[in-house]
Amino acid sequence: MNAWIVWPVVVPLAAATLSVLAGQRMARVIIGSATVAIVGALAGLTLQVWQNGPQRHVIGGWEPPLGIQLYADGLSVVMLWMSTVVGALIGVYALGYFAHDSGTTGTAATGEHGDNSELFWPLWLFLWAALHALFLSADIFNLYVTLELLGLAGVALVNLAGGQLALVAGMRYLLASLLGSLAYFLGVAFLYATCGVLDVRMLSTRVSAHPAVWLAIAVMTLGLLLKTALFPLHFWLPPAHANAPAPVSALLSALVVKASFYLLLRLWFQVFSVVLPPVAGQVLGILGVLAILWGSVLALRQQRLKLLVAYSTVAQIGYLFVLFPLAGGTAWGAAAWSGGTFHALAHACAKAAMFMAAGTMMAALGHDHLHELAGMGQRLPLSMFAFALAGVSLMGLPPSGGFVAKWLLLDAALASGQWWWGAVLIVGGLLAAGYVFLVLRQAFAPLPADVRYRPVPRVMELAALSLALLAFLLGLMAIPPLTLLQIGAPFVGGLGTEALP
Amino acid sequence: MNAAVLYTLMGVGLFSIGLHGFLAQPHLLRKVLALNIMGSGVFAVLMATAWRGPQLPPDPVPHALVLTGIVVAVSATAFALALLRRIHTATGRASLPEDTAA
Amino acid sequence: MQGHPAANIPLSEGQPGGCSVRRLLALFSWALVLVLAWAALSLPSHSPGLVDFVHAELEHSGVVNPVTAVLLNFRSYDTLLEVGVLLLAVFGVWALPRERVWGAPLGAPVAGPVLHTFVRLLAPLMIVVGGYLLWIGAYAPGGAFQGGAVLAAMGVLVWLSDLAPLPRFSRWDMRMALLLGFATFLAVAGGVMVGGGRLLEYPRLWAGSVILLIETALTVSIACILILLFLGGVGEKRRATEGVREREAKQ
Repeated sequence: MNAWIVWPVVVPLAAATLSVLAGQRMARVIIGSATVAIVGALAGLTLQVWQNGPQRHVIGGWEPPLGIQLYADGLSVVMLWMSTVVGALIGVYALGYFAHDSGTTGTAATGEHGDNSELFWPLWLFLWAALHALFLSADIFNLYVTLELLGLAGVALVNLAGGQLALVAGMRYLLASLLGSLAYFLGVAFLYATCGVLDVRMLSTRVSAHPAVWLAIAVMTLGLLLKTALFPLHFWLPPAHANAPAPVSALLSALVVKASFYLLLRLWFQVFSVVLPPVAGQVLGILGVLAILWGSVLALRQQRLKLLVAYSTVAQIGYLFVLFPLAGGTAWGAAAWSGGTFHALAHACAKAAMFMAAGTMMAALGHDHLHELAGMGQRLPLSMFAFALAGVSLMGLPPSGGFVAKWLLLDAALASGQWWWGAVLIVGGLLAAGYVFLVLRQAFAPLPADVRYRPVPRVMELAALSLALLAFLLGLMAIPPLTLLQIGAPFVGGLGTEALP
Repeated sequence: MNAAVLYTLMGVGLFSIGLHGFLAQPHLLRKVLALNIMGSGVFAVLMATAWRGPQLPPDPVPHALVLTGIVVAVSATAFALALLRRIHTATGRASLPEDTAA
Repeated sequence: MQGHPAANIPLSEGQPGGCSVRRLLALFSWALVLVLAWAALSLPSHSPGLVDFVHAELEHSGVVNPVTAVLLNFRSYDTLLEVGVLLLAVFGVWALPRERVWGAPLGAPVAGPVLHTFVRLLAPLMIVVGGYLLWIGAYAPGGAFQGGAVLAAMGVLVWLSDLAPLPRFSRWDMRMALLLGFATFLAVAGGVMVGGGRLLEYPRLWAGSVILLIETALTVSIACILILLFLGGVGEKRRATEGVREREAKQ
């Protein structure tokens, strides 16, 4: 069994199918075993990539360009670990969340989703499979199918919340997602018409400065930016992420937006790199800066906790795009590449922890109004601690994962003489500190006597805390993922790690 | 100028018409239909690439891609329509709030 | 559909934005048409394509129809995920809040003797056509989706003319039918790896039979999925574990 690479996709799909057929108790066993199997397969794949470099799997034995190939390099493996670890802990959290929720008739704030909450599990497994399929696929049309799978699973999960706000937010999300996919699909059609292949590797040798290729790059990039919710295409994200059930908010903010970012990274640096002028990267960088500022300022102005966290996602997505003007075949280019991708990893852990902590508070209080959070620091100390730790990573303070990511980007900005990108990173960190303290100040206010409060399952608090600790300590164990990221990376030489303090 | 170019032009035309409708029409049903028109445009562009000359057999790969694309479009459309009905039941409206306010 | 409030969603609802917005949008759309047309006209007149690759391997694919060979063999992974998208749409519809309004049989008032007789004649024919489309897919245009679509249309027609009740998808056997195609496809995809093969690498000698097996299972499931999508999650109790909960309650 050398083909570890296929199981992260096949196992969740099989588990989703079986869990729909099995009873409630049996479904738990199936999902648990599937998670273990995915972790095992991923460990096997990581070892293979570590020892032998990038792995390929020719599906059906049909070599590209006729068939489809799976491809795993360091970047894919790091993304797979991100989605597996964060996804599994969100699953653990969801166990508590939906058990807590179906215990009551449902409150106004959490919606009436006791009804359909069993569907969370197959949808979550499908989402997982879609993410893994996307991270492993090396075929631009197959990637389109995985994008649609991911989008539909995401919207269906948002709708689990039931209420009016969630339905409307789900529709806005669905329309944005479909529009993004169609733009990407048009690009695929133009690329096939010009180059006659769909395999990523073969495409990279065939693209040339041709009008149809330019157009394909433009529409694919726009479609993926819309899906990644980069400013100014972020309008659909805050309502969808804020009105979904808490585990779903965590999945969407931590993982789903990273998928289209990952695809953009692949296309820009491994397919289109020969035809893209440097100014294109500068444009994406500027949009990233605007996203950091706009998202942070709006986060500071929110009245609801989950909306605040959602706008923080809009801001944090901006950092990912600072990578584009800085990365390149230079010493600092490798550091920027590592920093940007490491930021995706750190943000996934931190943001999932934040949404989970926010969801716990919402489950305890029945609402998430910021100015009525007083006393949460005493009632739910673990959750508040998790929120604060995750906040440290968002601010970029040592030793968190966010610190390492920003340090690498800062290093690249200074080394390349483009100090202004670095200045934005620091301003963004200060703004993040602003909205994190806004929440902490409210939560640590003395407990009012007349507030009704429902106890929440401890497993929810522990799951959030584990992810927050992971985000906080990621900086101390940054070397293995950063080394892994170098395997098969477009910019070799200069590990990026020697820049670390 | 051959038939394939004509189909490609028709495809990009449909895509643009669809996008215009998607952006201009506030009604959700029209938005869903507009997305389908855009999708048909992409299918037409893809189908045109299958043409290789008057005497030669067409390229089957774009045909297969379009068939897959159609199934994906059917799924997304059905889901969007079901969601649209729920929104109408819950809110009494069939457009997004920001469009109605505008 | 008469009398149901949600059935008559007025299409005039919501006015397009102001005059200047509309002008801007029209300008944008015309610009888009020009840019896209420019790119379209610049395309090479003879697209290189993959046709030679397909025809070189066609005899090993197990089918004669090149499109089916691509869909079910060369790019079968796309098709596997595509069936996943279909299933996901059903789960997505199930995950929506329960719709209570559309309780009554949809077409009951129009059912009359002419319709009944006609549908009674048509239904067996449609089953034959569905089966034929499935079978012919190996040689000519056709296949699981086409066959499944005809079968689904038959199901909807029979139900609309009030000849038979809807199948209850909360029942275990109906749920099996719904998932059969995807499960078979997935089992074959992974099963062929046991002997050391690659994902979806059918044994060459058996490729034709394997494809027919997958397509037959897919036809059944696609028919079920399309019926469910037509209903849009209305008309029956459809909680995911309902049947199971009932069984558990009895024990």
